Amino acid sequence: MEFVFTEEQQMIGETAKGFFVENATSKRTRSAMASDGIDRDLWTGFCQELGLAGVTVPEVYGGAGLGQVEFALLAEAAGAQVAALPMVGLAMASQAILAGGTDAQKAAWLPELVSGSVIAACAGSADVSVQGDSLTGTFEFVPHGASAALFVLGNDAGAWIVERSTTGVEVTAHVTMDQTRPLATVTLQNAHGDKLADGAAAMRAAREAGWICVAAEALGGAQEALDRTVAYAKERVQFGRAIGSFQAYKHRLADMMIEIEQARSAVYWAACAADEQSSDLPLALHAAKSFAADTYAKCAGDMIQLHGGIGFTWEHDAHLFFKRARAIQSMLGNGNWHREQVASMILGEAA
Amino acid sequence: MKLGFSAAEEEFRRECADWLNGQMAGEFKDIKGITTLTEKAERRKEWEQQLAAHKWSCIGWPEAWGGRNATLAQQVIFAEEYARAGVPGRVNHIGVELAGPTLLAFGTDEQKKRFLPGIAAGQTIFCQGFSEPGAGSDLASVRTKARLEGDEWVVNGQKIWTSLAHISDWIFVVSRSEEGSKGPKGLTFLMMEIDQPGIEIRPIKQINGDAEFNETFFTDAKCPADSLIGAVGEGWKIAMGLLAFERGVSTLGQQMGFRNELDDIIAAAKATGAAKDPLIRQRIAKAEIGLQLMRYGAMRMLSNTDHSKIDGAALTYKIQWASWRRGLGELAMDIIGQAGEVAEGDAYEWSMLPNLFLYSRSDTIYGGTNQIQRNLIAERGLGMPREPRGDV
Repeated sequence: MEFVFTEEQQMIGETAKGFFVENATSKRTRSAMASDGIDRDLWTGFCQELGLAGVTVPEVYGGAGLGQVEFALLAEAAGAQVAALPMVGLAMASQAILAGGTDAQKAAWLPELVSGSVIAACAGSADVSVQGDSLTGTFEFVPHGASAALFVLGNDAGAWIVERSTTGVEVTAHVTMDQTRPLATVTLQNAHGDKLADGAAAMRAAREAGWICVAAEALGGAQEALDRTVAYAKERVQFGRAIGSFQAYKHRLADMMIEIEQARSAVYWAACAADEQSSDLPLALHAAKSFAADTYAKCAGDMIQLHGGIGFTWEHDAHLFFKRARAIQSMLGNGNWHREQVASMILGEAA
Repeated sequence: MKLGFSAAEEEFRRECADWLNGQMAGEFKDIKGITTLTEKAERRKEWEQQLAAHKWSCIGWPEAWGGRNATLAQQVIFAEEYARAGVPGRVNHIGVELAGPTLLAFGTDEQKKRFLPGIAAGQTIFCQGFSEPGAGSDLASVRTKARLEGDEWVVNGQKIWTSLAHISDWIFVVSRSEEGSKGPKGLTFLMMEIDQPGIEIRPIKQINGDAEFNETFFTDAKCPADSLIGAVGEGWKIAMGLLAFERGVSTLGQQMGFRNELDDIIAAAKATGAAKDPLIRQRIAKAEIGLQLMRYGAMRMLSNTDHSKIDGAALTYKIQWASWRRGLGELAMDIIGQAGEVAEGDAYEWSMLPNLFLYSRSDTIYGGTNQIQRNLIAERGLGMPREPRGDV
């Protein structure tokens, strides 16, 4: 038992942090927001120069063969800058294929995902009918769905790899509140799907990776919201003193830190439990997703409040954090749903 | 980063559990499950000695002083199994977790020889004399005076909230040794024997009817000149060093006590049907998540060996657990309803959950109120300007 980062993990975290602080600037992110919500140069840099997109993928498929703790460090650093990247699609699709795909499917797609040459999105839907390899149905709220060349789509009956270019695939992009992760509707009309060997394992792995990814993003975003507000509290003067000297103000900052420290425990507990496949993994995942998302929403909301009027402007970055936080709260099961899963574990099913 | 325990550690867990369960089923059956700190005090002193006889009284201490030099993981395991077995809290918590480590860090060899064997053996029970009526949140404003007269310190003044002073043998006292000094300067840290004419102890009855805390009066109380830890005037440094030990491994044992409380609440929710209420389910889930995050926060804090930076997990830990537990008390009463407002017997004594509801109001006060914690977090953790000092 040693709940601290190894030297290698610390190095990955610091490298990623430096990379995103330098490159995922407000200007570049806003430019991506005005198009499809992906900063292509950033994506190429992340996948190729940094070479970390495949951190959880085995080396034989071009990855680094590390674990969810290392991936969480990356997602945390990207989330801290609200980087406009298809991170959650990468996490979910690669883990789905890794957990449920055949060797051929893994060999065909994982190197492409890891190199960044194929952008992926992943979604589930109850509304799918399957006839042989032919799929008909609708998948809603697919993150970066309009930019993806590859979909991993699933339901209770299985999971499939569907290429965007396939006949019968239609994608509708939506104007989305969080412009760094626009949502799309993917409609299949007798579209060909390449069935994954173990659909249940694939979808489970996708969910787990997605939860860890957005929880880590939320942790990074919450910490950054606090850090930027702390900087503002030191420089902004009213009534002849730095506003951070007012107890009403600094106690709110303290409350942010109290939540963030718990979110940090939650995210790395979940990531570590995933790597160790420990028996408390489900509890850890539900705790991490719900707690980190709520922490981020609180901190981003406080960031606006504690900046006053400037925090409500389009020009200031506070709304980027605020909107990303809200999106994370809603996606992949909201907080009440995750807590109900925890309640079911300890109290049995609801009536 | 690694969370699992090794096979050897799991074996150690079985050894702890076997011994503790054996004791709680056998010779010390009568103290199993006691949740207050004051009940059956004499038997619990015997329990301290039983722990010592089997080398379980201070496993984190060096072997030379009666400990086992236990690893962090072993200490975690022992603390968890201790509470899981329903063993009541340690009446010598302050001796083992605070006085001992303070002596090990700052004491002379002679002082270590004088005090550590007694603490390790469960023979010397310690209490803490820090707070005063005029020095609560502002601890550095203590007024209790100590003056050196010949080969003795003579102490006059009053301490308050001295937990378990009425069953303790020794008290450590932060006192003002430099006439006219203010704040953290001019303080000295003394070890004093309680059984003497100059020290008087009066219990303070709390809102739950129990009396764990006391007022302690010093009227020309005496201790030998060499009873000070550190140098004259270094009392604040020693006191702050001691408080840092408070966030040690014992927090994990404390958490297992919380686990027992939450388990009782879960059982009550099932029994009353509240477990079907979606709002109660959400609150129980939140409580469960909060407790787990406390555990992993403590693991982070204990695993951290880089003390060059502020440890956020450690800095926020007190307010986190205190607020969580206060919320737990409220949840308990919402679940058990009016049944929780009626005592079981004729005395004003409360079973675990109603007592939790009342007692937890102190958690957010003692050891630094939630408001003081927020000041500390904002100032030390986030670099915000310090609160101005008045001169009243």
